[in-house]
Amino acid sequence: MNRLTKLFAEKRENILNIYFTAGYPKLDDLVEIGLALERSGVDILEIGIPYSDPLADGPTIQASSQQALKNGMNVRLLFTQVEDLRKHTEIPIILMGNFNQVMQYGENQFFRKCKEVGVDGVILPDMPTYVYEEQFKALFEELDLGITFLVAPQTELERLRKIDELTRGFVYVVSSAAITGGVGGVTDAQEAYFERITSYGWHHPTLIGFGIKDAQSFAKACKYANGAIIGSAFIRALADSQDLSETISDFVSEILPQDSP
Amino acid sequence: MTPNKNGYYGKFGGAYIPEMLYPNVKYLKENYLKIIQSDSFQKEFKSLLKDYVGRPSPLYFAERLSKKYDTNIYLKREDLNHTGAHKINNTIGQILLAQELGKKRIIAETGAGQHGVATATVCALMGLECIVYMGEVDIERQAPNVSRMKMLGAEVRPAKSGSRTLKDATNEAIRDWIAHPVDTHYIIGSVVGPHPYPDMVALFQSVISEEMKWQLKEHVGRETPDSIIACVGGGSNAAGAFYHYLKDDKVRLIAVEAAGLGINTGESAATSVLGSEGVIHGSRTLLMQTDDGQIIEPYSISAGLDYPGIGPLHAHLIKTGRAEVLSATDDEALQAGYLLSKIEGIIPALESAHALAALEMMRFAKDEIVVVNLSGRGDKDLATYIKHQNRFE
Ligand SMILES: Cc1ncc(COP(=O)(O)O)c(C=O)c1O
Repeated sequence: MNRLTKLFAEKRENILNIYFTAGYPKLDDLVEIGLALERSGVDILEIGIPYSDPLADGPTIQASSQQALKNGMNVRLLFTQVEDLRKHTEIPIILMGNFNQVMQYGENQFFRKCKEVGVDGVILPDMPTYVYEEQFKALFEELDLGITFLVAPQTELERLRKIDELTRGFVYVVSSAAITGGVGGVTDAQEAYFERITSYGWHHPTLIGFGIKDAQSFAKACKYANGAIIGSAFIRALADSQDLSETISDFVSEILPQDSP
Repeated sequence: MTPNKNGYYGKFGGAYIPEMLYPNVKYLKENYLKIIQSDSFQKEFKSLLKDYVGRPSPLYFAERLSKKYDTNIYLKREDLNHTGAHKINNTIGQILLAQELGKKRIIAETGAGQHGVATATVCALMGLECIVYMGEVDIERQAPNVSRMKMLGAEVRPAKSGSRTLKDATNEAIRDWIAHPVDTHYIIGSVVGPHPYPDMVALFQSVISEEMKWQLKEHVGRETPDSIIACVGGGSNAAGAFYHYLKDDKVRLIAVEAAGLGINTGESAATSVLGSEGVIHGSRTLLMQTDDGQIIEPYSISAGLDYPGIGPLHAHLIKTGRAEVLSATDDEALQAGYLLSKIEGIIPALESAHALAALEMMRFAKDEIVVVNLSGRGDKDLATYIKHQNRFE
């Protein structure tokens, strides 16, 4: 069974998904970061495929991508590292990237490779739903691979329906009209939006991301959704890290409610 | 030529955008044709093009240039438009559209600064807030246009990532739009971006070939030339110049790309030669990229052609053989710019000089009718022309 499906069957609250960029801070840090996150109690690893020209990423993730590319990260190496990580853990792993990278690898080969190395789902924010539906839906079903689409404050009802229908795994609720790593925190207006969007009646769990950065914003997000995604704040912590394991353990224990494992 | 319902010309086009932009783009897609084709829009658009932009732009028979190449060369004088380039045809159309959409804040990207100036101009005209993203490198090499934008009341925000040129300015503009989806309209400066932008910008620029038809009829007694030559950055002036002749296979369409220091030097912007299929700025098209799908930073002396992609319409025209592609190096363009200045008294924009450089590479029959789209004037490029002048004398 897909590890995401398994997770959601067992856990519906306070799900913590941590994003980090492959190849950052050092080229070969992926396995160590992934395992340290798992030890600290994180539920899902979301691994970013660094891209030269990301549109939805803020300065923090952009800078980490640039550094990762400079370090020599590429899609093939990333698959090798994920395969290695998978030997040591059963935590759900998803990849986040830009459609162009998938296209250049060859879309079908890319998705098959995901399955082969133990990736459980993908997020490709700029892949149109019509492209997924017409070209890849059948393959995802065959591979039992997850696909996550984003919803945003202006997403209309009819569109939510479409996204719910196509999703495999979880729905990514973008916390505000912003690129990643925006002002941070959660305002009252955002809470109203969380309320509206999460009460839609989804067939899938929802995770809130963009601007979630600490225990407080994580708790607020978890009030409405099944969990949240933290990216930029974690990347910032990695940037200043002397000791990855220690940094990661400190970072995650700051976020998670005390009674969580 | 109209794209299909998802915005594809053949296999190129579409809308590869994050969900945050989806409602805006969907609204545009469902309404742009209805709005643009309405009588009230057309009336206002045409009256502004006439009285404010100064259209029709002349179609000028360049006698001495024709003599040099032993053929008949007509220049479509987009350089004589208000603000000095074809870019204003599009910004007039889009500002009217933005008003129709009730948007209060306008953003744009710019390379040469011509689109930025044209956007700042229409924002001043309509009293709308204007923010223009421009690569740091371009801010330096197109300084006069930066001053113009500021004087027109626009804020110029430097794009500091990547090659700090047009591609990066476009990234920043898209990021701004993601963060301001409700109050902001993004005026893209070329036939690039997610559907419906390529079609919309092409429609606004199509006035160029619409005029060419009756102007040629006046000059030579027929509406069709034998060849049309235009430079291609994203491809908006070329799209406008080709538009009404796309279905007439007897008209040769020649797109001229910037070869920079030379196609194989690693310092080039000849997208259709160096590029492969991929997605850039929301559109499936040809772009310069590595095997891993990372976008390669282009180079050209001309800020307006210094772009690693090409509009999906052009990708389609080129791949299907409807349009031919040539490329001109920095030096070939400079040479053509000095030549036109000396023998016709017209200083062309460096972008347009690339189109003129194609004359040197082609052979024409004596009775051929050739139209070169002179997309802009060279005032903004004086510093560059002066810097290189002694190498060409
Ligand atoms: C005078 C002029 N010509 C051409 C271009 C290239 O754009 P496009 O290929 O969209 O016509 C520019 C862009 O800045 C320009 O300023």
